[in-house]
Amino acid sequence: MDGASHRRTSEFVMTISKNARLLLASLLGVGLAFIYVPLTVVVINSFNSSRTFSWPPSELTTKWWMMALDNTGVRDALKWSIIAGLSATAIALVLGTSLAFAVSRYNFFGREVISLLVVLPISLPGVVTGIALNNAFTKQLGMSTGLLTVVIGHATFCIVVVYNNAVARLRRMGTSLQEASMDLGANGFTTFRLVTLPNMASALLAGGLLAFGLSFDEIVVTTFTAGPGIQTLPIWIYNNLFRPNQTPIVNVVAATLVFISIVPIYLSQRLSSDSSSGGRF
Amino acid sequence: MQSIANTMHKKPKLRLAALLAAPILWLVVAYLGALATLLVTAFFTIDSFTGNVVQSFNLGNFQDMLTDAAYKNVVLRTLGIAISVTIICTILAIPMAFYMAKIAKPKSQKILVALILTPLWASYLVKIYAWRTMLEPGNGVLDWLLGPIGFNSPGFGGPAIIIGLSYLWLPYMILPIYAGLERLPNNLLDASGDLGAHNWYTFRRVVLPLIFPSLVAGSMFTFSLSLGDYITATIIGGKLQMLGNVVYQNFSINLPFAATIATIPVTIMAIYLWMVRRTGALASL
Repeated sequence: MDGASHRRTSEFVMTISKNARLLLASLLGVGLAFIYVPLTVVVINSFNSSRTFSWPPSELTTKWWMMALDNTGVRDALKWSIIAGLSATAIALVLGTSLAFAVSRYNFFGREVISLLVVLPISLPGVVTGIALNNAFTKQLGMSTGLLTVVIGHATFCIVVVYNNAVARLRRMGTSLQEASMDLGANGFTTFRLVTLPNMASALLAGGLLAFGLSFDEIVVTTFTAGPGIQTLPIWIYNNLFRPNQTPIVNVVAATLVFISIVPIYLSQRLSSDSSSGGRF
Repeated sequence: MQSIANTMHKKPKLRLAALLAAPILWLVVAYLGALATLLVTAFFTIDSFTGNVVQSFNLGNFQDMLTDAAYKNVVLRTLGIAISVTIICTILAIPMAFYMAKIAKPKSQKILVALILTPLWASYLVKIYAWRTMLEPGNGVLDWLLGPIGFNSPGFGGPAIIIGLSYLWLPYMILPIYAGLERLPNNLLDASGDLGAHNWYTFRRVVLPLIFPSLVAGSMFTFSLSLGDYITATIIGGKLQMLGNVVYQNFSINLPFAATIATIPVTIMAIYLWMVRRTGALASL
């Protein structure tokens, strides 16, 4: 984002009255409170000593955190989430990057439709994608649902974030660097390996991070593609949400996920991303 | 390796084909193929005795869907929820994004963006679960927090769904508007002011039209993500059902009918995307 370049303080902004500024600032404050109060409640609740839900907590404890660490259901779910996320991200990186190259370096029939095609899997309701894939896998192809079907489902909607990041970077890079490399005698593969790829690395990393995040959080498509054998972390939470005796463990898992959400933000602040919005757009 | 590289370099069409083959196979054959198959299923029926899908083409499902008032109500309710969520998110997002983009100092601007981005990475389920504890009638956090000033939790139901979905998608509305305002040069605002416009007038006649594509981009998330949701309705919606719930419930008992219902949000989204394409909002995503 090159917004900083024209961030000369404008007269318009200067003439906004003190009251209007105060109003805008307090609206921002209210908005941020709206966003953060529920997340804070989740964190506090994980230390709530009461076994069932009660607010405010009468006493705080860390015993649920110890119990959650030993919970095999949670650990298995975490394992499946990571395996599925990494596999889907790897596929999305390959497919999204090659599609980005095709679109930004070549002219071909139907090129304009591609941007619509990649965005379709995240624009259509997850339940539609979910039952369509389930129907195709189990009824048409006779496959049984499992890790493979989950990975295929996740990769389908992860392609778009890699693609968007890669296209933006390729547009910014232009072709002169590659041409220079070719003029100096490097062939296509060498140029890709030594010039193009290093220049794209941070965009691909950002895209990959987003793809993993999307996959890690996905619940609807997973519901229809996972089958009984596999529980990812969101599926585990959903299955245990309405079981009263699991409430303390669910609270701890929920609080952990709130804390974990800081990690990608921290990473992306250190990465120069092409998109100010973290690339989901 | 060298010879492959040479052939590839000399034949750009071959290179293009190699780049396109896998992603197109994946997205068109696998994904669109699955969607098309589902659409076809919508015209089939189910054997009420065996529960198997009978592959004979007929419009019975669509007739059932269009004539039963219950489905019409679900469609209208779902549309109402999706539109309310979009409006609420827009109203909340514009002042927040405006402060972030135009008033905040560069240093706090960076922190504010991080603060808006962070909840995007927090799990969907955790956020709705959080609202379950917030909205819990009687001993929920909302009653505890706002009870003293006379507010009561709306409990689980339609308003809860609207609050929950607005909460989920608010950052998706703030970020494109923020990006749009960042791109908006300040001297345009000054020009408007120099020509005698008041700030509010400038906002309405200069800022709002220029960030309109960003609003549309944000609405694509708030509207489309609300339209197909069924998890939020299950967790905090009480007995209220959205379109997604109807699809989900019919999925295991009557797949053709689930497919028929699923065509509604897909059709609405297709119309919406087509309209959006003309505003140029897809390019600002």
